[in-house]
Amino acid sequence: MIDAETQEIFRQETEALIESLQDALLELNKTPDNAELVTQVFRDLHTLKGTGAMFGYARLAAFIHDFEAAFEAVRSGKSTVTPELIAVSLKAYDLIVELLEGEDPPEDRDAELKAALSAVTKGEAPAAAQADAPDEVASSEGEVEGWTLVFKLPPDFMEIGGNPIAMLDELIEIGGEGTKVEALTDGLPALADLKPSEMHTAWRVTLPADASEADIRDVFMFHEDQMELSLEPIRAAPSSAVAAPEVAVKAEDKAASDQKQAAQGAKKPGTAKVQMRVSAERLDDIMDRVGELVIAEARLSDLAAKLENPDLMEVVENIQRLALGLRDTTMAIRMTPMSSITGRFQRLAHDLAGKTGKDFDFVIEGETTELDKTVIEKLSDPLVHILRNAVDHGLEDRETRIGAGKAERGTVTLSARYSGADVLISVKDDGKGLDPDFIHQRAVARGLIEENAILTRSETFALLMEPGFSTAEKITDLSGRGVGTDVVKSTVEALRGSVEIESELGAGSTFTLRLPLTLAIIEGLLMQVGDERFTIPLAAVGGIVEQPEDLRKGSEPTTVIELREKLVSIMRLREVFGCSGPVNEHPKVVLVETGDTQIGLAVDRIIGSYQTVIKQLSPMHSRLNVFSGATILGDGDVALIIDVAQLVKSQGLDNLDKEQAA
Amino acid sequence: MSKDILIIDDSPSVRRMVAMTLQQEGFEVTQCEDGAQGLETAKAKRFDMVITDQNMPNMTGIEFIQAYRSDPSSNGVPIIFLSTESEGNLKDQARSAGALGWIMKPFEQAKLLAVVNKVVG
Repeated sequence: MIDAETQEIFRQETEALIESLQDALLELNKTPDNAELVTQVFRDLHTLKGTGAMFGYARLAAFIHDFEAAFEAVRSGKSTVTPELIAVSLKAYDLIVELLEGEDPPEDRDAELKAALSAVTKGEAPAAAQADAPDEVASSEGEVEGWTLVFKLPPDFMEIGGNPIAMLDELIEIGGEGTKVEALTDGLPALADLKPSEMHTAWRVTLPADASEADIRDVFMFHEDQMELSLEPIRAAPSSAVAAPEVAVKAEDKAASDQKQAAQGAKKPGTAKVQMRVSAERLDDIMDRVGELVIAEARLSDLAAKLENPDLMEVVENIQRLALGLRDTTMAIRMTPMSSITGRFQRLAHDLAGKTGKDFDFVIEGETTELDKTVIEKLSDPLVHILRNAVDHGLEDRETRIGAGKAERGTVTLSARYSGADVLISVKDDGKGLDPDFIHQRAVARGLIEENAILTRSETFALLMEPGFSTAEKITDLSGRGVGTDVVKSTVEALRGSVEIESELGAGSTFTLRLPLTLAIIEGLLMQVGDERFTIPLAAVGGIVEQPEDLRKGSEPTTVIELREKLVSIMRLREVFGCSGPVNEHPKVVLVETGDTQIGLAVDRIIGSYQTVIKQLSPMHSRLNVFSGATILGDGDVALIIDVAQLVKSQGLDNLDKEQAA
Repeated sequence: MSKDILIIDDSPSVRRMVAMTLQQEGFEVTQCEDGAQGLETAKAKRFDMVITDQNMPNMTGIEFIQAYRSDPSSNGVPIIFLSTESEGNLKDQARSAGALGWIMKPFEQAKLLAVVNKVVG
């Protein structure tokens, strides 16, 4: 199986290759004598052929093989670059693009273009023909009673990393009990001359009839050309007069015919990999069902545990394994690397530089960071907006930058990284930064806050994302498109994420989007508080410790204690959520990480890790943002899922922590 | 103990496909994007196996094999040569340079695993 990310990397790689190919062809039209460009075209085609074939584009690979031959002819001086060659090549290029996009153009186009290519390269026949001749695989006839195999490995066999013992083991495995191995030591030199790393021994191996000849040959896969090898069938009676002494094809011929087979792969099931495009809706549907399955499976294992029936337990464990495997596969289908959308940002950055006349470097970090497909797609627009803002409003022009003693060229960085169960995506610029006083005044003028409101820095910056707030002095072509920063906030929040803005006046700003890795299922830690159960993402959990004696005495919702020689803010969930019910004698503290803050949650009991299928809360409860959803437990009860970041915020512990740090 | 395999290929998708296929089977995989980088990596640490592509910028696969084999530390380290060439001569060149075996692109993951398991198994 080729996973989605590899497919995606392949798509991007070929995108870059065909772009480079087209550029080179167009450039070659202007400078036909440029040998470097010819090599470039050849190399691009060659790579496209190789990787294309690997990813199941058999027709593409076969076609490029001939296309490439035309440029090989030019490279070797047998032909020259002519406007006709470029014209045909561009048509061939179009066919490549269509094939890569999974379209199915009529097959005669391949042949027509091949003929045209061949014609314009002065009739130089594509070199392909030689390799394409299929080799007949001679088949053995008559009753075979067994095999006699005599072989001597190449002298340097062990030096280049071969293992003769493993080879013999392999033969014994193929032949089974009836295998006889005999060492032929005739070639062994005198001890004084013996070089221990060289091969001197030959072997005679007798294998029973049911050993497959292909399997035997396969053992020597790479070495048949360099070694002495004879494989003779032991025949019963001379019933077949045409016994072939040389039975099998040589390794290289086999490789060629393998390749030939792959080239025809589209028609032969099993030789080519088939890609499918599936609608996102169906994927969502599968995810929902897998979610239900995981819940049903949890109920089943609960029941089985109660019944204590070992037979049932065995089946349940099997189902559990299958359900989890299915869940992982389904999630993996949905995971997409950031790189799937960064291409368009490169282009955007290029366009922005042109339109604004601001010279800047655009840096992308953490492209391999993966996120749920839905999340990635919905992120594209907000990121475009933030990026535009960063260039348009953030970066200063060249003169201003020089005046401020900064580097002439600005830098805008788009980065993505994991943080616990979240992914952080940030856009950072080294421009003029945000002025908190200005934002404050503007917010007052717009009636968003009271004149005398006291806000922290982050609260002030957050005002930027209030609907109807715009700090741009003038609306520009680039940023003034009606999509405000408030849309960024609402989009990200709809994905259960949050936006944080940090800025230093004169030094630049950073917009950070914090998003959950996936929207559907998380590995959770299930905890008991009184009669209630809560779950938190396991990835956010940094540790679990016994509650210290002094923590059990108080009853205020939040407090600070010393844990492992560090001061840690503690939230007593019983008090925070007003839970009732019996108190456990050995309560625990769950240490969780959120952003830069570590806090402890005081709970009664840890139940354990739990597959948490996230169910959205009803619209009526959606304002309870300290809960990111609910999950159905094995016994049918419901546990609320705590959004740790929001919980910390709701208790004001985030600012507290920052103040302490400051 | 898991086996360490070095894969040298300039195509990120092929490299990743090879790496993922091997990692799923429990191998440790190190990736390099050209022969020069591969040579530096292979000399710095002994791998249980090296897989190298032929067509790469800076240093081709065969050049890599020649350079690596001239270093005594390569003794006994199997090298598998990847190539799209249907012509046999490259394969032979790779063999004389010191490759243990080869895989022709395109290959199926099963084929790759069969070769790897045969060589390091």
